Amino acid sequence: MTATKAEPDPSGASQPGAPQKDERVKEISGFRKAMIRPELGSICGTILVFVFFLMVAHDSGMFSAEGVLNWGVVSAQFAIIAAGACLLMIAGEFDLSVGSMIGFSGVVIALMSVTWGFPMWVAIITAFIVAIAIGWLNGYLVIRTGLPSFIVTLAFLYILRGLTIFAAIATTNKTIIGGIRDKAEGDWLAALFGGKILNGFFVWLADLGLIGKFVAGSRAGQPIVDGVPMLIVWALILIVFAHLLLTRTQFGNWIYAAGGDAQAARYTGVPVDRVKILMFMFTAFCATVFATCQVMEFGSAAADRGLLKEFEAIISVVIGGALLTGGYGSVIGAALGALIFGVVQQGLFFAGVESSLFRVFLGGILLLAVILNTYIRRIITGER
Amino acid sequence: MSSPLIELRDIEKHFGAVIALAGVSLSVHPGECHCLLGDNGAGKSTFIKTMSGVHSPSKGKILMDGNEINFASTRNAIEAGIATVYQDLAMIPLMSVTRNFWMGREPTKRVGPLKFIDFDKANQVTMDEMAKMGIRLREPDQAVGTLSGGERQTVAIARAVYFGAKVLILDEPTSALGVRQTSNVLATIDKVRKKGIGVVFISHNVRHAMAVGDRFTVLNRGQTLGTANRGEISPEELQELMAGGQELAELEGSLGGTV
Repeated sequence: MTATKAEPDPSGASQPGAPQKDERVKEISGFRKAMIRPELGSICGTILVFVFFLMVAHDSGMFSAEGVLNWGVVSAQFAIIAAGACLLMIAGEFDLSVGSMIGFSGVVIALMSVTWGFPMWVAIITAFIVAIAIGWLNGYLVIRTGLPSFIVTLAFLYILRGLTIFAAIATTNKTIIGGIRDKAEGDWLAALFGGKILNGFFVWLADLGLIGKFVAGSRAGQPIVDGVPMLIVWALILIVFAHLLLTRTQFGNWIYAAGGDAQAARYTGVPVDRVKILMFMFTAFCATVFATCQVMEFGSAAADRGLLKEFEAIISVVIGGALLTGGYGSVIGAALGALIFGVVQQGLFFAGVESSLFRVFLGGILLLAVILNTYIRRIITGER
Repeated sequence: MSSPLIELRDIEKHFGAVIALAGVSLSVHPGECHCLLGDNGAGKSTFIKTMSGVHSPSKGKILMDGNEINFASTRNAIEAGIATVYQDLAMIPLMSVTRNFWMGREPTKRVGPLKFIDFDKANQVTMDEMAKMGIRLREPDQAVGTLSGGERQTVAIARAVYFGAKVLILDEPTSALGVRQTSNVLATIDKVRKKGIGVVFISHNVRHAMAVGDRFTVLNRGQTLGTANRGEISPEELQELMAGGQELAELEGSLGGTV
């Protein structure tokens, strides 16, 4: 029981620089290795969904330029809020106030610009500042009280929704505020959310006959699809940004660490509180991007916009392979989850299926995804 | 003997009306393994948390290289060269070995205006450092969850050593491990000690302590009962001090000294 005990293990297990095989560790096949990635479920799901709709709805116009734009926009909407929800969930927190935040930001923009007459860019910037401040408050309360973010943001789900309806009624006596389109006309910042890009490219495609043109009406001769909406551009930017931030940067490592085990991360000097609060702010930013694009597209803001969006964001993220407990997940997966969402929601319409079945599908796929994720986690961590 | 790396004198820590530490003194010299022994509730955890900057002492002095210092945070203590490896909180199981190894100190490289983690360097260093400690990784991006408990402790120790720890505090590194894994961790402690790092080894297992310890300090009810050098004290005496009385000694006799 003296120093001899401390000698290196003679079996060679601790010989430096002499890698030997441990007979008890099975070789992991390339296939199994490819399986162990958070995006697996959403990749399979995406393929399945596309194969399915190519079979049942290929002649319905779903895969024409117009049809692609249709489900592309819906998917992009999901993807924008899923990008924020994904990073936040990996950091170990939830935000249930996303939907209310969407309605709130939209009404802020409408009240500022239409009712109170500020320039549109001032209205939009104000909405972003207020929303990000509320995101900060969400995070600050979660960190300071130590309460589950589920409860804190549930409170804000109600507080924000109530305030939004109250503010709209108290100032305009309506819950829908229109007239945004006129105010946004020619505004530099509004164009970043409501405009379209690559118009020339689509005109060129239409001239080649690859996409259809309007044959009658005031827009006769113009392509049916005349550009990529900024909503889709925002979705792509946010996905790429969130993905690079998460997987390639130091801050991304802190996001994983904060969600994986906050205390262990603190002990190694990771500023966990700051990371979490910033992620709440990023989620609020994403919700406001969504709200601004929607307000520009519809030309109006309504106090009931964004209902249930928080859950749809969370489901996209879970389909994308993120664990509800935090510390593990993928932005690409969440984006594919959003794509599955958009394709199925619009595809059922193209296929002529009763749209209420969409919710049945949602519930079903959510359950499947969680089961698959739990299984994958077991493989990764070697739990039995 | 060389001058101590760190010296704590008459440390007291009060939490409201509770006196967790009532005057604890300990010093750590380069290249020694100083075992801190004590039963549950003796104040071991509070003491190492004071040493690693989690708590600031209510009374008493902390000296590093002869100069008095106060740690404002754990980050402060880490920068001063005091690294702590906690029993359960050493690693994050869902993250890869590389991501864990570099957590909080990720190496970055510039790509245009952006700063990304330098994964080539991070992976290479992680593999090299693990090999030095005798851990064969399948690949640097395998999740820490796939490692055994002893291997996880070793990754945490290797990380502390790589980042220039002068004093390494190990909080019960062997208490949850099997025999083989324990001997691996003890062997790692020996390697670390030979690099001239001062190790503080917290345990309530006298056998593990006797295997690697150079000096032994026993804590009981928030006070130091004394420090003994290797060879000046028997395992039985240590055990008795830890228990703080005769009762256990008699029990030990009837069990054949196998506690």
